[in-house]
Parts: sequence; C-alpha cells; structure tokens
Amino acid sequence: MVYFIRKIIFFLLTLWAAATLNFIIPRIQGGDPAQAIVQRIIGSNQAVDPRQIEGIRLMLGVPDDPLLTQYWNYLGAILRGEFGISYSYMPYTVTHMVGEALPWTLVLVGVTQLLSFAIGTLIGTWAAWRRNGAFDSIITTASSFFGTLPFFWIAMIFIYLFAFEYKWFPDGGGFSGEVTTGWNWAFIRSAAYHSVLPALCLMIVGPIGWIMGMRNTMVQTLGEDYTRLARAKGLTNRRIAFMYGARNAILPNVTGFAISLGGMVGGTIFIEQIFNYPGMGQLMFDALGNRDYPLMQAIFLFITVGVLTANFLADMLYGVIDPRVRRGGES
Amino acid sequence: MSFQEGQIAGEESLQPDLGSRYEDEARPSRIPIPGWLRIVWQNRKARFGIVLLGVFVFFAIFAPWLAPYDPRDNDYLPFQTPNSDHWLGTTQAGQDIFSQLMWGARTSIVVGILAGALSTIIGLVIGMIAGYVGGVIDEVLSFFINLALVVPTLPLMVVLAAYSPVKGLWTVIIVIGVTGWAWGARVKRSQMITLKERDYITASIFAGDSMPRIVFREIMPNMTSLVVAGYIGAATAAIGAEAGLAFLGVGDPLTISWGTMLQWANNSGALLTGQWAWIVPPGICLALLITALTFINFGVDAISNPHLREE
Repeated sequence: MVYFIRKIIFFLLTLWAAATLNFIIPRIQGGDPAQAIVQRIIGSNQAVDPRQIEGIRLMLGVPDDPLLTQYWNYLGAILRGEFGISYSYMPYTVTHMVGEALPWTLVLVGVTQLLSFAIGTLIGTWAAWRRNGAFDSIITTASSFFGTLPFFWIAMIFIYLFAFEYKWFPDGGGFSGEVTTGWNWAFIRSAAYHSVLPALCLMIVGPIGWIMGMRNTMVQTLGEDYTRLARAKGLTNRRIAFMYGARNAILPNVTGFAISLGGMVGGTIFIEQIFNYPGMGQLMFDALGNRDYPLMQAIFLFITVGVLTANFLADMLYGVIDPRVRRGGES
Repeated sequence: MSFQEGQIAGEESLQPDLGSRYEDEARPSRIPIPGWLRIVWQNRKARFGIVLLGVFVFFAIFAPWLAPYDPRDNDYLPFQTPNSDHWLGTTQAGQDIFSQLMWGARTSIVVGILAGALSTIIGLVIGMIAGYVGGVIDEVLSFFINLALVVPTLPLMVVLAAYSPVKGLWTVIIVIGVTGWAWGARVKRSQMITLKERDYITASIFAGDSMPRIVFREIMPNMTSLVVAGYIGAATAAIGAEAGLAFLGVGDPLTISWGTMLQWANNSGALLTGQWAWIVPPGICLALLITALTFINFGVDAISNPHLREE
C-alpha cells in the first residue's frame, strides 16, 4: 500500500510541478512575450477579438496583475480546461485545437510504444537465449547503429523510398480528402493506411531500448540458480526461456518506460511534422512558427501530462505484478 | 532516437560494486590516467570510436582551411547534383554542401563538449549533494531528479528555446544543458550513497576530515570513470538534441549544422528532386559521430568493470 500511496503522491506532485513549470517558463525569460504579442496584434490593423487578449493574458499573464494572482487564475483556468483562444486558428479555442490533434498522436504513440515493447522484448529474449550466436551479434551491432539514426532523417529517407519512389504509401497527411471524418469504415481504413509509414519510422528506433535492456537483464536471469534448477529438473527449453528467464527479466525493464515514452513522444514531434500528420507534434510546430504562445503552452502541458499519466499507470501496473516493490517501498 | 542512446550507455556503468574495483585499480599509481587510457584503448570498440571521433574532431578544427568553399557563399548555381566542383552538389541557395558538412562537424562537436559539460556539472552537483547529505534535502532533490526524468525533454527544450529572447548557439547549448542533467544526477546520487558507507570514509570522518575534503578528495576520485562515462553520454545526447532542435527550426538559424542542413533539404524538396547527396551525408555523419562516442563509452565502462575488459 505504501508503494501505491507514494506513487500517487508523486504523480500529483509532478502534475502540479509540470503546470507550475508551464507557468514559470514564459515569465523567467527576459522581455515580456505577453505584452509583445498584444502589441503586435493591436498594431497589425486586424480586427482584435478581446477574447484573444484574454487568452494571452491567461497563459502568459499581463503585468498589471501581481504574480500570485496570475498564478492563482492560471491554475483555476487549467483546472476548468480553459486555455484561451488560439490566435493563429481564430476563432477556435486552444482546447478545441488540442482536442482535434490529440487522438491522432495518442493512437500513433500508443500503438508504436506497445508494439516496440512487444517486439523489442521478444527479440531481446531470443538474443539472450542464443547469447553470442549469430543472431545476437547481428542484433547487438544493428541496434547500436540504428539507435543512433535521427528520427527525422529516417522519416525523410522513408518518404523518399516508400512514398515517392515506390508509391506504396501516401507521402503525408492523416487521411485522404475523399473520406468524411468520423466513425466510418472508409475513414478508419484511410487513417490506418496513412499512419503506416509514420509508425514504421518510429518502429525503427522504438524497440532498440527494449531489445538491449531485455537482452542484458535476461543474460543475468539465465545465470541465476533458479534457472539452473529448472534445467536440472529437465524442463523444456521453451519453458526455461519464457517462464524462468524472460518472465523475471521483463520486470526491471518496465522501469524504463518513462524514458522510452519520452523518446517516442520526441520522435513523434519530428515524424508528424515531416509527414504533415494532424497530431500534437504538427500542431506544436505550427504554433511555434506562428508564435502562437497560448497554443504552444497548452500543447506542452498536454504532452507532459499525457506522459506523466502513462508513466503513472506503468508504475501502478508494476506494483501489481511485482509484489517485491509493494513490500519494499520505493525500489 | 539519440536522446535514449546516451542514457543507455550511462546505464551500463551503474554497477553496484564499481567503486571497490576501481579503487583497487587506482591504488598502485596515485594518478590513474595512463592505466585508464590503456584500458580504454585495449577495448576494440572503444579504439574504433576514438579513431572515428578523431576524424570528426580533425575536420571540426580545420574546417575553415579544409572546406573548398565558404559554407555561406551562395554564388553558385542552386540545386546541383554532385559534380567535380561541388562533390555533394549545392543547396537551394547555391551553397556548397560538402563545405557545409565540414562546418557542421564543428557545431556538433562544440555543442557536445559544452552542453555535455553543463549537464554533467549540474547532475554531479545535484546528485552528490542529494546522495551525501541525505534526509529532507535528498527527498526534495530526488523529487526534482525524478521529475526531470519523466518530463518529456524535447517539448520542454522547444518551449524553452522558443521563449528565449536571444537566439544563438549559446541558447541552444544552455537549453540542452539544463534539460539533460537528470539521468547523470540519479546515477551519481546512487553511487554516492554506496561510497559514503565505505569503511575508509567512516575512517576519514573519525580522523576529523572536513566535508569538502571527504567529498572531493576521498569520494570524487572513485567516481571518475562514472563521471567520464556520464559526460560522454551527455555529450552524445546533446549532439542529437542540437540536430533535432535545428531541424525543427528552433535552434540558431545562422549556425551551419547537420540539423539545419537537413531542415533546408526537407523544406526545399530535396526529396522530390532526388538530391541524395544533400540528405544522406548529414544523417550518416550524425549517426557515425554518435556511434563513435557510444563505442568510446564501452571502453570507459571497462575501467570500472573488469569483466568487460579485453586483454
């Protein structure tokens, strides 16, 4: 129980810290982005919607209020889910824009992360079982090379090969223009087809951390006494590999979840931008280009909260499947 | 991507019994540098890494003399494919790609050295204080370490860089440094906790040694290989991060780096025109430089873990 309470407290504290960080960043840097933006909007001779100013005031603060009041208003606003008006996508609210983009990224990252874990763990298991064999050497060498390739570079090469040269997959976008968005079969098929190439790019690097982690831990578990006992009992190789070696090696790897997910989210930002994929990464890039600070802030907050939540769930799961952590408190 | 790479390399050095082994190794010669280098050099992978890194450093230092053209000079015919005048062709603005590639090595190496140093120093200070002092301070610092570990780095770097009033290579270096210290801090904290329980530390405390002396003279030398491995890992991650930020266009637009080269190649449709020589070399160079550093770290790990040594 102590374990779960600790993790819940840590989760709530990190949520609060992320929100506070999001509040502080625009305010510690010199200059005054809020004022500059308000000036720019007013100066550009466009019709100014007072709600635009309100949005900027909410996210960045306008210096007439004391800092503590700003912070209080900010916390209240994010709890109510109010992030103001995006001024590059006027008249849409920031929440609306994020709501449009979020499902795309959630599905893309969710699926590739789970697949990476499954594939990486299997390959790692096989490499550890046949340690120092041909498969192991190839996988270890290939992993250390492919792991160094930048996501955006892989994406560029893949687009060239599979979209322009061979035309197997579309070169970008989330779905084709002919289908209507919604829960219909044609749309889902089109979206799935468009997501293959971006997902493949993530899957080149994605499993590598899991492969190496699994291989190294399982090499250790295979040397343990209980594995030797299993052999002595005459159990089948299959049973020794999966129930004794792999099963005990998976657990320590789950703790690598946060770092791996962070890497995946980072990769998605590049991939979405290159593929013009309608998710959070693409939206973040647009917000950056348009200097749409309220939108950028909200995206940063959503991505961070998403990663924190996923990590929290992984921690909870870890506590459920490994009784040792429950008893020993923080490992 | 490469962010993970440095962390994986660092993870290998987290051997629980690392201190004592290193200590035994260090005792005969008071200054362990020659034996140190010998062990790294004896590792075949590390030797390959050192040679490869040497090549990149050579080009980085001598780029102004070796590069055939000024990388910013846009006097040439744009969109050229490789030819005898321009070995890798020219950009959309008519700049020589091969010269840009050489200058790009400079940016990557400078960022690696400086941003890696910054995040190592932050990680070392926070990790050592948390590990040595313990108690409430450790709880608070550990919270920040864990927080920094779970917050996704790339969006954080993007937001920090976007708000920065000054745009330049220094901004990029600082942004990478202040976001990438957490892993190092965690490793150093746990190492500190194991080391401070050792008998010789208890002996120094009883002998009346001051705290700075214990931390810097007694404990620090036993963490050298960990710090070096952490530094190389941090530099590796920083090089990848710089390329990524430059590619997204949040870096310094005036710096010539492999990231900005790829950004321009992507924006000006080098894929459609099939300008392979513009796209492939920067990516390969990045991968090779990162591989070189990762391989050197295999050798550094062997210093603290004799099992990994190749005699």
